[in-house]
Amino acid sequence: MINDREIEVLINDVFEYYGLDFSGYSQASFKRRVNRLLQLDGFKNFHEFLSRVRTDADYFKRMVEEITVNVTEMFRDPLFYKVLREEILPQLGTKPFIRFWHAGCSTGEEVFSMAILLKELNLLHKSLIYATDINGVVLDTAKKGIFPLQMMKQYSENYIASGGTKDFSHYYTANYGLAKFEEELLEKMVFSQHNLVSDTSFNEFDLILCRNVMIYFDKDLQERALHLFDDSLAKLGFLALGTKETIKFSPLKIKFQQIEKEKIWKKIK
Amino acid sequence: MEKNKVITDCKVLIIGGSAGSLEVLMKIFPRLESITSFAIVIVLHRKNSEDNLLEELFMLKTEIPVKEVEDKTPLKPGFIYIAPSDYHLLFEKNELLSLDISEKINYSRPSIDVSFESAAEVYQKSLVGILLSGANSDGTDGLNAIKSFGGTIVIQKPENSKIPFMPQNAIKNTSPDYILDENEIFELISTINSK
Repeated sequence: MINDREIEVLINDVFEYYGLDFSGYSQASFKRRVNRLLQLDGFKNFHEFLSRVRTDADYFKRMVEEITVNVTEMFRDPLFYKVLREEILPQLGTKPFIRFWHAGCSTGEEVFSMAILLKELNLLHKSLIYATDINGVVLDTAKKGIFPLQMMKQYSENYIASGGTKDFSHYYTANYGLAKFEEELLEKMVFSQHNLVSDTSFNEFDLILCRNVMIYFDKDLQERALHLFDDSLAKLGFLALGTKETIKFSPLKIKFQQIEKEKIWKKIK
Repeated sequence: MEKNKVITDCKVLIIGGSAGSLEVLMKIFPRLESITSFAIVIVLHRKNSEDNLLEELFMLKTEIPVKEVEDKTPLKPGFIYIAPSDYHLLFEKNELLSLDISEKINYSRPSIDVSFESAAEVYQKSLVGILLSGANSDGTDGLNAIKSFGGTIVIQKPENSKIPFMPQNAIKNTSPDYILDENEIFELISTINSK
């Protein structure tokens, strides 16, 4: 087990060598991820790990991948997507053009879920979906629109539970254990690297989704990210968070109104 | 093992359990009176889909108020906190609870080991950990972590457990302070910080 002092050294060195700032990450989670990585990769001690991170840029990439959690699925929390389908998107659909931002999109499963919803609501043609992540490797995966075929059974169940009525398999072509999603879904997606820790707002959006990303941040960094979202939302735009995330501990909550018990807030000020 | 030793400086009581543990808690919690000087955190293996059923059940069965756990919820004495389904529950140094959806540990999310280890580091000797019935080896490493940071560890008597594997595995691989049946667990909780 590495100690707090060592975590501090690691965070400082990573910033100095690579310019990435992990100082605002949740201590409990960050430490656990680093400990796990040391164990997984068989380092004898912290020093050995640290010098590998300093000297091997490829290994550093691996570290970032392992520390930033990339667990995601299509139509994760189906009831959330049901509310999007039945309430939020029809409201946004009255606009001539709709901009979405998936912040921390990982390998893109939720981005494709959104595109499918928009297509079914006949809104995809006037939508643009920005999908960003700190980690370039996951974006390369997302851009391909190819996912493991073995996951499709689960995704299809999620899709149906979210109110989908089509045969889910008609959105992809199965081949050699992979499912390639149709090109039309990809046409309205823009992928780019963006860091919620250090980058600024880059557009104005009608719906920002950032689900289970800020749970890895400490309170201060969460506040920074929430300000960034606030700055990036059009008035009466929506912010969607993960099922166990909330803005109720932030002073910004007065600018938002929660949609019933959903983890969706409307910007009212 | 010293019986009826009163635990005097507990800030957090953390309880982990799997198959067969809910019944135990449903016998203990209705009998507990309010707690004031410490918080109770419950980490049970549960289905992903069950939403807030467990929270609602505890609200019905005990006088002690149950706080919904969301990310960065402050941990305060006097309340029960239940690890939500499909997230790991972690403890921050500034008395906040954090959630994490990283990979399952011991086939479980929430994992008892993850929460026990995280709480052990933050609360050290002010932590009491109880491991109940279950069919999984989750919890053993966590109890060892609690012990190594100076906390107190309690394991349900295997012969009193519906599924004895989890307590047995923990007894074999840790040095428990107490091995108790459900009635004795109730008594132990009732006496925490009473002196």
